[in-house]
Amino acid sequence: MNGSIVQVVLFYLLAALALTGACLVAFSRSIVHSAFALLGTFVGVAGLYALLAADLVAIVQVMVYVGGVLILILFAVMLTARVDEGKESNPTVGKIPGLLAMLAMAGLLVVTAVKAFGPRTVISEANPPSTVSPIGNLLLSKYVLPFEAISVLLLAVLLGAVTIASGRMRKGAGGKQEGEAPR
Amino acid sequence: MGYSYAPLLFVVGFALVIPVAFVLLSTRLGPRRPNPVKTEPYESGIVPIPAPERKFQVRFYLVAVSFLLFDVEIVFLFPWAVRFRSLGWFGFGAMLIFLAVLVLGLIYEWRKGALEWR
Amino acid sequence: MNIMHYLADLLVRSLFKADPATWPYTWIAYAVVIGVGALLAFAFVAIFAGPVTWIERRIAGRIQSRIGPNRNGPQGCLQWLADGIKCWLKEDLVPATADKPLYLAAPYLVFTGMFGAFVVLPFGAHVIAADLNVGLLYILAVTSLVVVGLLMAGWGSNSKWALFGGVRSAAQLVSYEVPSAFSLMAVVLMAGTLSTQGIVGAQGGWPWQWFVFRNPFLFAAFIMYFISAIAEGNRTPFDLPEAESEIIAGYNIEYSGMRFLFFLFAEWANMWIMAAVATLAFLGGWQIPGISPERIAEAKGWTFVGWQALSFAIFVFKGTCLVFTIIQIRWTLPRLRVDQLMITCWKYLVPLSMGSATGVLLLMALVREGGIVDWVMRGAMLLVGLLVAGAYIRKVRATFMADRDNYKKMEGRDLWYPPYRLP
Repeated sequence: MNGSIVQVVLFYLLAALALTGACLVAFSRSIVHSAFALLGTFVGVAGLYALLAADLVAIVQVMVYVGGVLILILFAVMLTARVDEGKESNPTVGKIPGLLAMLAMAGLLVVTAVKAFGPRTVISEANPPSTVSPIGNLLLSKYVLPFEAISVLLLAVLLGAVTIASGRMRKGAGGKQEGEAPR
Repeated sequence: MGYSYAPLLFVVGFALVIPVAFVLLSTRLGPRRPNPVKTEPYESGIVPIPAPERKFQVRFYLVAVSFLLFDVEIVFLFPWAVRFRSLGWFGFGAMLIFLAVLVLGLIYEWRKGALEWR
Repeated sequence: MNIMHYLADLLVRSLFKADPATWPYTWIAYAVVIGVGALLAFAFVAIFAGPVTWIERRIAGRIQSRIGPNRNGPQGCLQWLADGIKCWLKEDLVPATADKPLYLAAPYLVFTGMFGAFVVLPFGAHVIAADLNVGLLYILAVTSLVVVGLLMAGWGSNSKWALFGGVRSAAQLVSYEVPSAFSLMAVVLMAGTLSTQGIVGAQGGWPWQWFVFRNPFLFAAFIMYFISAIAEGNRTPFDLPEAESEIIAGYNIEYSGMRFLFFLFAEWANMWIMAAVATLAFLGGWQIPGISPERIAEAKGWTFVGWQALSFAIFVFKGTCLVFTIIQIRWTLPRLRVDQLMITCWKYLVPLSMGSATGVLLLMALVREGGIVDWVMRGAMLLVGLLVAGAYIRKVRATFMADRDNYKKMEGRDLWYPPYRLP
């Protein structure tokens, strides 16, 4: 099968999608455009996961990041006042801290990339087995403690959000713009 | 990559190509005579009030947070549900604790009135 | 074996006289067959969405004691074609104040998200584009693309009505995804797989083998899934995003011509997807009563094709029945308020659907499958289902007959149009 060429082409297409999205997020002048550009990054990364035959992870990437995080970010951005001015996005932090952050990130990536050059398992099958049930198994046997810890983390997130939001609601800062149309 | 994903590529391709082709055809066939009145935002025929107020109730944000929470929960629940028959009572118990913690969150939200829309 | 692989192998064997396993260009044959399959899926959406819009408008006309479209073609049955061509000939307007890139991209995103779900729908025993191992989750995942698309349309239009509509849609879609996912989880528990074909395969052709009648909790899960599906499809009584008395038309208000059509198209296709998911998860999918899937797989030649066609017909019939129920609900019930909508979801459907999934768990742990209790439950639920269906049909018939008697009195007057004539 000449599938490998297709795979390589796909890899570069998806990587390009993810990187274009990331660049748009970083360089776009409008914060809303930045938020929407995240979609490209998330979908591109999900495609890369699918390319690696990690089907569950790919779906989770779309479900949680596109369906959850992106919507959350969009709502948050749209909640922010003065988004129209377009100057909110990407204030620079100065060259030295930026350079340091970049170097740290690059170091991390290089270490990961070098590590990845060890012995690899190559998926040669046309239809690799599903990863759903092994992951389900591992979650509830080997990784049961982190799994429970996640639920506590999620609870903390919700409590925090409710506390912040209910403060805003009592003040009425959110106003009544949406539900009732101005008459 | 599995060949089971190959149709996905085609479908995504079609889903991008077909609408673009249709819209291009429509811009060819249709007239293009914009004028200032035609291109202003719709306001039931009256002169629009200058700028739309882009503000929302903070509740929408809360809905998104709750959804994210349940979304993550669903993502964890589905692999477990697939394996339920073989995981036995230990898996059942672990899942029940996971669920209980999150139900606690829902109850808290409920009691705090975050689910009310006045 | 997927029907597409089967066809591709057949193509290679008959056309090029080569062995598909060793021939180096087999993948081109696969690509061609899969491409044609994707095109057929698109044609199915178009052909389904088109006439159903006309049928819905006729039904709506009847329910509201008017005629509905009856000019183009016999009884107006070509109305949908005329509408489609009209949209091509319309001006593609872009509001001056719009956020152009977002405004232009939104319809494509909505369309892609909707169309992507068709890949995993099992239309027949082997008629499926891709039987992914994560099928059900995949459907939930691509729906989120639609949500982003709607927000994009709302924001990009830069009109307050579009923005309100878009944000409302997004909030509604994400909210109702939670109960629908929990209802589907009850099914996944029973089937032990996420693949759509696997879920259909875990059921059977006869109604007592369907998941919906297995036990009371699954029955409840089906009803809750159906309600959330209507809400996710933005249909009345949950069509707040396009409540014309409040926000005129919602997220698509600034769109015109073909771009507008894509939003409508996505809405119609979405309705079919929801009905199809309900069918495959709860109503036995394409399963033919009395014929096991193995027998279909072993069949050869025309018998094989015949079984495929029959299973396809069964699936489409079940799905269409659900679609018509949704249409009837739309024209019967009034619209909810925003607060009622959110309360219905978060205070009723979410806890209840979690409860039903837990109930399914307990029953699975306590009741032996195939035991006496299991069969008693199945029988009882089947009876309940029959009673509900019977009551529904009786009610519809009674309303229809009353209407008919009223119309009889007006016979011969101007504008008299008998309600019992074609739709």
